[in-house]
Amino acid sequence: MPDVSGLLPAVTIAIPLLAAVLILITGRHENLRETATIVAALAMLGSVASMLPSILDGGRVTLVLLPMVPGGDLALRVDAFGMVFALTAAALWLLNSFYAIGYMRALQEHAQTRFFFCLAVAIAAAIGIAFSANLLTLFVFYEILTVITYPLVVHIETPEAMKAGRKYLAYLLVGGIFLLAATVLTYILTGTTDFVPGGFLAGSGAALTLQILFGLFLVGFVKAAWMPLHAWLPAAMIAPTPVSAFLHAVAVVTAGVFGIVRVAGWVFGMPLMASLGLGVVLAVIASLTIVTASLFALAEDNLKRRLAYSTVSQLSYILLGVSMLSVAGMTGAMAHIPFHAFMKITLFFVAGAVIVSAGRERISDMKGLGHKMPVTTLMFAAAAIGICGLPPLCGIISKIYLAIGAVEGGMPILLLVLIASAVLNAAYFFPIIYTMLVDRPADPHALDAVSEPPLTMLVPIVLTAVISMLLFFFPSVPFMDLVRIAIGEITTGVVP
Amino acid sequence: MTLIDHLPVLLVAGPIVASLLTLVAGWHDRRLCYPIALAAVLGEFAAALVIFRQVMGGGTVRYDVGGWAPPMGIELVIDTFGGFILATIMLLALMTTLYAFRSVTKEIPTEKTVSFYVIFQVLLAGLIGMTITGDVFNLYVFLEISSIAAYTLISATRKPHAYVASYNYLVLGSIAAGFILLGIGNLYVATGTLNMAELAAMLPGSYDLATVHAAFLFLIIGFSIKAAFFPLHLWLPDAYTESPSAVTVLIATVMAKVSVYALFRFLFSVFTLAYITEIYPVTGVVLLIATIAIVAGAILAIAQDDLKRLLAYSSVSQIGYIMFAVGVANQIALEGGLLHILGHAVMKGCLFMVAGLIIYQTGTARLSELGGIARKMPLSCAAFALAGASMIGIPPTIGFMSKYYLVLGAFEAGLWPYAAVLLVGSLLAAAYIWRFIEIAYFGGHHDEHHRTEIREGPASMLAPALGLSLLCLLLGIFVAVPLEAIGLAVAQLLGGA
Repeated sequence: MPDVSGLLPAVTIAIPLLAAVLILITGRHENLRETATIVAALAMLGSVASMLPSILDGGRVTLVLLPMVPGGDLALRVDAFGMVFALTAAALWLLNSFYAIGYMRALQEHAQTRFFFCLAVAIAAAIGIAFSANLLTLFVFYEILTVITYPLVVHIETPEAMKAGRKYLAYLLVGGIFLLAATVLTYILTGTTDFVPGGFLAGSGAALTLQILFGLFLVGFVKAAWMPLHAWLPAAMIAPTPVSAFLHAVAVVTAGVFGIVRVAGWVFGMPLMASLGLGVVLAVIASLTIVTASLFALAEDNLKRRLAYSTVSQLSYILLGVSMLSVAGMTGAMAHIPFHAFMKITLFFVAGAVIVSAGRERISDMKGLGHKMPVTTLMFAAAAIGICGLPPLCGIISKIYLAIGAVEGGMPILLLVLIASAVLNAAYFFPIIYTMLVDRPADPHALDAVSEPPLTMLVPIVLTAVISMLLFFFPSVPFMDLVRIAIGEITTGVVP
Repeated sequence: MTLIDHLPVLLVAGPIVASLLTLVAGWHDRRLCYPIALAAVLGEFAAALVIFRQVMGGGTVRYDVGGWAPPMGIELVIDTFGGFILATIMLLALMTTLYAFRSVTKEIPTEKTVSFYVIFQVLLAGLIGMTITGDVFNLYVFLEISSIAAYTLISATRKPHAYVASYNYLVLGSIAAGFILLGIGNLYVATGTLNMAELAAMLPGSYDLATVHAAFLFLIIGFSIKAAFFPLHLWLPDAYTESPSAVTVLIATVMAKVSVYALFRFLFSVFTLAYITEIYPVTGVVLLIATIAIVAGAILAIAQDDLKRLLAYSSVSQIGYIMFAVGVANQIALEGGLLHILGHAVMKGCLFMVAGLIIYQTGTARLSELGGIARKMPLSCAAFALAGASMIGIPPTIGFMSKYYLVLGAFEAGLWPYAAVLLVGSLLAAAYIWRFIEIAYFGGHHDEHHRTEIREGPASMLAPALGLSLLCLLLGIFVAVPLEAIGLAVAQLLGGA
């Protein structure tokens, strides 16, 4: 099916922006304000889903918004890979909205209008990244995402939060500069920045130039939190939990890895990356990050921070998949984006539920919580098992592809990384489950007041966990199908 | 000849007549001054737009003052570049005039408001004259008119610091004027003409004369002082900080831009691209100093505690961006430079307006005393945040677009390290803009009870600030609109027109 022109991509981005305006206007009337968020989330999910059939038929929806500057118009194009990200973000934004409303109200947080306003603009930016037709458009939305998430990160406004916010901004703005430099360099080399399946850089410059260019891109996508440029992510854990969930699953880090996969598949192309030896570089970075971050996670007692390091580690699975430069590896990388998002958001939801219900953030304080919050704990256990790569959750699917990719790409040593990581994952997750279910608190009455979180929070927790499980049984609907189309696009005629 | 044909001369004569009218009317009743000033600026803005349309439609407009053809008479010339600058400065002048009403009432001693509006018009007359004249000596005359008016306006609050700032500017401004006059004299000695077009035609024959080189250096130094090009910016921080708010906005946007315009005019229209790149290559030095200016200005800005002074040093840094374009001297970079002239005027105008609003409402511009101000003045601070984002270069604002062009131009010329510095500069801009954002939005929970009485400023001051901040966004999104004129202007400049 050919490209069709349509307004839907722009409408999808406009919906949350419109909601953001409504949130500001209705700020004083909480229920009205929250209605705007929920209606927008539903409408956006509907709008994304309505494009799904034509994408699954192999079509693409394109729309040029504005002529901008040399190097690219402000243009949108919805393809299968963009759809993977957009669908994940839209679905999780809906659940996260319910959860955030419950969380913010339960804790009587201040500045909730600002909070929901920023979230709405941020999701618009995330969808913009997913639908970007060229590097320049992607950069524009990428920077907007950086700036608009800052007030979310520093939400509690303590000196500690401001410090974390500065770190967050410093890392991401510096990254943005590198991304801009990479974009401009790409334009200088080729005269275009439009994404082309299979890449368009081949033969446009000396090997060294292209290697440097890839380095610029890699630093540019610092949102992928690869080591040693990961420090902003654990620091950002100071944010309210729905924001952490948003950063880790819905938009921010996802945007980083999305960008790297986009650049690998649609700017460089796998054959060029292989001939430049970039796979090896990426594999080393990814492997070190996976193992080191897991070790860091082991040492963390704060649940949210442990989850943050877990994210750092898991994101590098995606980089690892790209580094293999093989069909299976790329498939695993792409599939891991939605799969990890659904599982990780469950874990963050639970961490937030524990804060709301029991006011605890340290794992060592969570002894016996499982008896007071059985459903929550069960969902946590399920998602944790999924992250470790065990059935019956979707995590195993992407990991199997990664394992195949390691062999296929001629780097069987990466299997060792995968195995080591699985062991480490189990090592930092199972003690949590054990603490919550088996351990008993020192004071038997300490947990008397603790109960399950409000339904607005509990339902999203159950839903994300159940979806993670359903994705194990029906991975094709629709993510694996989309991934297959995307892989088909970037490998047509070229088998690396 | 119809009235339209006389527009160029009316542009200069208008403010002068308006200033006399203000004087007479103010004698009768002080309250008449503002309506006259506003009507005059509105008329000048409309005239500027008409001329700009004429230029875009039918090419360069030439007008012989008094019917005397050059080289005997003075010629007014408005080409695309001049028309673009004219439209830009009149837009800002209009916004400033709207803003000035309440601000002047509060900051200027009542008995001085008449003189304020009189001199305000004189300043505009000088600046407009500089923009449209085609005669180098005439440009010098207008420069002196505008400078003397500016010295007066800076000290209008009659505070001791303001006198010092004004005096410092007077001394450095006079030195600059001396350099410029020497330069013009040398040019006249070398060629026997003062008309820009004739100079451009005759100078290539004398390019090997030491007189011409000396003239060039005198001119570039003189205008660098006026434009506050680092390290000749020493007058600027005090002048911007101590002026009444409305004057700060005017000199930081309109006057600063006209000085840059004059510098560009001499570099590209009187001398030529060939002269500054090959015969007397200065672009490399300019580029080096420009990058130093970008970084040094931004670092100095980060170190300030006074919001106006912070913004003043930011201007030093931003002038560096514009001069960066001269240093690169190719089509794309110069388009970025011209775009930045417009963009910086709009965003810096907005930022200084907000600073003025804050001073108007709180009586202070010290960052350490402004904790949590965004909760009291949400609209003003939102305007600041938007214009600040543009200053940092966050897309899709105008500030991003101009930086993008500059980086693209530098990359195209193979000047990688300089492009890198430019990008670092935008990080430093983030640092100083964020100092205010952090304090305004997230600071000061503790002194909340002290400032419960603080509210948004008057609508007549707030509206222009908000308008300019929106313009930062709109000009960025619809960047193709200004670029149409800019592309043409740069082509003319590089072609030596």
